[in-house]
Amino acid sequence: MSLELKNVEKKVGIDTHIHPTSLKLKKNTINVLLGSTLAGKTTLMQIMAGLDKPTSGEIWFDGKNVTGMKVQKRNCSMVYQQFINYPNYTVYENIASPLVITGVKDDEIKQRVGKVAELLKLSAMLNKKPDELSGGQQQRTALARALVKDSDLILLDEPLANLDFKLREELREELPKLFEDRDCIVVYATTEPSDALMIGGNTATLLEGKVIQYGKTLEVYNKPENLISAKVFSDPPMNIAEITKRGDNCKFTDNDVQWKSSAKIKDGTYKIGIRPHNITTYKEGNNSVEINGKVQISELSGSESLIHFTNGNLNWVSLSNGTQQKNVGEDTKLYMNTDEFLYFDQNNRLVNNG
Amino acid sequence: MNKTINQKAWYFVIPVFVLVAFNAAIPLMTVVNYSFQETFGNNVFAWEGTRWFKQILLSERFHASLGRQFAFTFIILLIQIPLGIAIALTMPKKGWGVPVCLILMSMPLLIPWNVVGAMWNIFALPDIGFLGHSLNAMGFDYNFTQQPGDAWFTTILMDVWHWTSLVVLLSYAGLNSIQPAYYQAAEIDGASRWATFRYIELPKMKKVLTLAILLRFMDSFMIYTEPFVLTGGGPGNTTAFLSIDLVKMALGQFDLGPAAAMSLIYFFIVLLVCWVFYNLMMKNEAQS
Repeated sequence: MSLELKNVEKKVGIDTHIHPTSLKLKKNTINVLLGSTLAGKTTLMQIMAGLDKPTSGEIWFDGKNVTGMKVQKRNCSMVYQQFINYPNYTVYENIASPLVITGVKDDEIKQRVGKVAELLKLSAMLNKKPDELSGGQQQRTALARALVKDSDLILLDEPLANLDFKLREELREELPKLFEDRDCIVVYATTEPSDALMIGGNTATLLEGKVIQYGKTLEVYNKPENLISAKVFSDPPMNIAEITKRGDNCKFTDNDVQWKSSAKIKDGTYKIGIRPHNITTYKEGNNSVEINGKVQISELSGSESLIHFTNGNLNWVSLSNGTQQKNVGEDTKLYMNTDEFLYFDQNNRLVNNG
Repeated sequence: MNKTINQKAWYFVIPVFVLVAFNAAIPLMTVVNYSFQETFGNNVFAWEGTRWFKQILLSERFHASLGRQFAFTFIILLIQIPLGIAIALTMPKKGWGVPVCLILMSMPLLIPWNVVGAMWNIFALPDIGFLGHSLNAMGFDYNFTQQPGDAWFTTILMDVWHWTSLVVLLSYAGLNSIQPAYYQAAEIDGASRWATFRYIELPKMKKVLTLAILLRFMDSFMIYTEPFVLTGGGPGNTTAFLSIDLVKMALGQFDLGPAAAMSLIYFFIVLLVCWVFYNLMMKNEAQS
């Protein structure tokens, strides 16, 4: 079983919402679509579900061409950012609704709803109406509706975006477990790189209607094919600068900071990407290099400290552990872990991927 | 705690107090005053107690007009609510059709009530009116000034024409507030068009529909101008609804006492029905 998009393109009027995209999602996988708002995540999901038709290209499911097949015939389910439940049905009736429509027997419905409700901690609320529930419980109900059906394809469109922080953390931990023993393909759209990392599985990075890279989540994160993919998969934003390399010596174009690089790449000019957590107020790794910075903003969250700083033309973000108290305007020393630098050539392709 | 005592603040309430007194309390009390007394003009009053109330409540004339009133209101609600929802469902949700439909729908609501009555009177006249003439030309024996059935038909048609738009506009607003994701979710579940309406659209429209039914009940129960201009309550008394009958009694026959008692009973009926209705509709709401 697999879901394959073959050169799928979506145009609305003169706007291209999805550029020709090919993607193959395998059975029993969780696939994260990662990209900012308007990157085309929802459109792509609607095309996968059959709620929307591609302008050109084909969708194959399980070896069959399902392009243009109606959503009702596709055995898929979807959970939305908004909590979508039938307003005057109880939680039980809501969860049971897809089964009732397909004509499953009462006994079986009861048993299946009970099982899913337990899984999602809804057993105590089966007789309540959705508007008597908290946001988290409402979304659990919507998730239960999606799970009870044994769909081949489960689409989750930013399901956690409308929940408050604590509930989001809680549900995010549970989500991958819910899909563990299921014979289905899960697609999860999110704007948050941290969601993708926690959920694992595979990730496709998206920008402006294009799939930039698709692969195992950690691989995409550690070895982004190109600068765009690296940028999409970095929060806080990735720091980028131009450098020149002569032999083992590397040097920023904008300042005099130098370091030795073991990257097996030719001499020349490159762009490097440094994730914020590789610039810290303390030394990390064996090859850290000092850089001076003027503090612009300092955000403390308790366990982490974000320090925005400038160095000449560079306007960067660093992320350190613990509370690192810095005053705005202060000159400070930061350390870059050069082992973790990502080198991109002039075409923005990653070169130190060995 | 030391409260600052400033009785001057009362002065600010005076305008509202005077306004409410003159437009509600004083006229109402005058009616209450008349309903318990007999008057012979020249400000001569004689105490009658609850006699007028008993008389009205037992009179066949009142029963008949009350019956007509309930029948009329019931029929127009039965037509206007489903029809209004149906029209709202077929109205476009985007594009140039939206303003066109909204303006067309609002038109009947903007026409003064007596003009509506006059329009329909002329429109329905059997000899020269377009509707009346056409119906007769088609072979129907239609004459709303002489046949009670035709008079009812015309009055109801006029009210439906005049007021269905209100239900349409309210339902349309209710429908537009439903997020598209609900329709998609229903589609994924494989829900039929009817199920989508029954389990998504109707519950989501509940509040506006309650409002629509309440407004249409009150307005139709108090209807006066349009049938007065159209049929004048005739032929005979067959379209004399409560308010028409009331005016006949008060100003036609100058029976001020019974008319005042009838006004109060009328008022309490409207109040009671609205209260009961509202509580029934909002019962589920209160539980949650």
